[in-house]
Amino acid sequence: MKKLMNIEPSRPLKGFLALLPFVLILMLYWSASNERLAENPYDKLLPSFSQISDAVERMAFTEDKRSGEYLFWVDTGASMYRIGLGIGISAMLGLLLGMLSGLLPVFRSGFSPLITIVSLIPPMAVLPILFISFGLGELAKVMLIIIGTAPVIIRDVQGHVRQLPSEILIKAQTLGASTWLVAIRVVLPQIMPRLIGAVRLSLGTAWLFLIAAEAIAAQEGLGYRIFLVRRYMSMDVILPYVIWITTLAFVMDFSLRKLSELCFPWYHHQEAGK
Amino acid sequence: MSFLTIDDVWKSYADVQILERLTLKVEQGEFVSMVGASGCGKTTLLKMILGSEQPTRGRIQLEDQPISPEPNQARGIVFQKYSVFPHLSVLQNVMIADEFTAARFLGRTFGKQKQQIADKAIGFIEAVGLSHAIHKYPHQLSGGMQQRLAIAQALMKSPKILLLDEPFGALDPGIRKDMHQLIHKVWKENNLTIFMVTHDIQEGFELGSRLWVFDKVRHDPQAPTAYGAQITYDLALNSEKQQQAGQTLAKKYAKKVVNL
Repeated sequence: MKKLMNIEPSRPLKGFLALLPFVLILMLYWSASNERLAENPYDKLLPSFSQISDAVERMAFTEDKRSGEYLFWVDTGASMYRIGLGIGISAMLGLLLGMLSGLLPVFRSGFSPLITIVSLIPPMAVLPILFISFGLGELAKVMLIIIGTAPVIIRDVQGHVRQLPSEILIKAQTLGASTWLVAIRVVLPQIMPRLIGAVRLSLGTAWLFLIAAEAIAAQEGLGYRIFLVRRYMSMDVILPYVIWITTLAFVMDFSLRKLSELCFPWYHHQEAGK
Repeated sequence: MSFLTIDDVWKSYADVQILERLTLKVEQGEFVSMVGASGCGKTTLLKMILGSEQPTRGRIQLEDQPISPEPNQARGIVFQKYSVFPHLSVLQNVMIADEFTAARFLGRTFGKQKQQIADKAIGFIEAVGLSHAIHKYPHQLSGGMQQRLAIAQALMKSPKILLLDEPFGALDPGIRKDMHQLIHKVWKENNLTIFMVTHDIQEGFELGSRLWVFDKVRHDPQAPTAYGAQITYDLALNSEKQQQAGQTLAKKYAKKVVNL
């Protein structure tokens, strides 16, 4: 008998073990929901699966009586637009400023202390400032995501640039490269997979700030909807929305990982070999 | 008037004196091997010739001009590791050397120009024996193949000086022999001036035309960092006879130098 730490489950067993907790949670929910509904059919706390699917039908596949829109998809579109724009701008800022301060000591001296301080400001504390200065429109919500994620990405990229072996940068110079060429042909391609990694890690934070901003001031959006229906204790809407947000977050993370593996195979081989 | 002149060079980091009183002249086409105990400053001297470190005192002149204080095309380098670009294939790794100078803005070339650079690169890749791996990435190459690639890269710029910083230190003994042959061939064919730092005294004798032994002459037991190393032996190894004389000397001093 092998030691427990040396036992590797077989592939089918692995799959079974991965699904098991999800099945257990669903069964637990189902029995608890049945129990409560048997006691009080108007209970809203743990809606049954059929109530949840009715709610999904109503939100996603029926026109809203007042606006004639499919609310679920309007909410999804609005939220995806905000988080996409926010995290996209953060990634661009992170790449630009992170590379500048990682590669150029002159830039780093002026910029690094500033970004260290800025990254310590709790973004939610400046949310009122954003609403006052940018109004209640899209800009304030996108800005909150940027303020929440950009400093971390900038510092991460800066750190990765500085961790590139100095031998590589010296070698490029002995081959005749200028600062600019070192930046675009040596540093940029090596930093891209690491930028994608940093963005993946910031996605959780981005969702947090998106939903917070939508909860406070918005006319549509996944976070807005959850906090709106909370007033009526509509768990039958909140639960599918939460599952949907989780699914979106997973898909974004997964596609970024696949994109990185597709575009930078050398990086993932190298990392796997370490 | 020498090719490379090292004129009373001293180097220290804060309180730690690394090198002192180095005055040397090197002619074009020499192959200088540098040996000595760890931390005796042989790599520091290499870095000062490279331009990534500056002397604290004294000066280094290349063809009677002060040597550039930053790395440039005049001096090629092969490090022990991290000498090649991990994100480029073998061919791209060698081509990039000429693309840097051919396209100052994009660093990429196209069409006919690209073909010319590729042809030149393939020539050097063949010379170092990597033609079978031309489209592989560095992570798919063994340590010895990566060093071959690094040499091919450096040769693209026909540098006046080629610097080797323990280039074979991480390789197996068998592969090391092959690499010695390669570097000897490259040295003769390209009329290079080579400086090589090595831990392996045997290697230093076999490869070079001249050997520098680094050691501390002055010692202060109360302050071991107060004095730096000097070059205690400067041996010419041009002929067989000199080489043998040197080998005997090496055996005599090998213990002292290595176990310092």
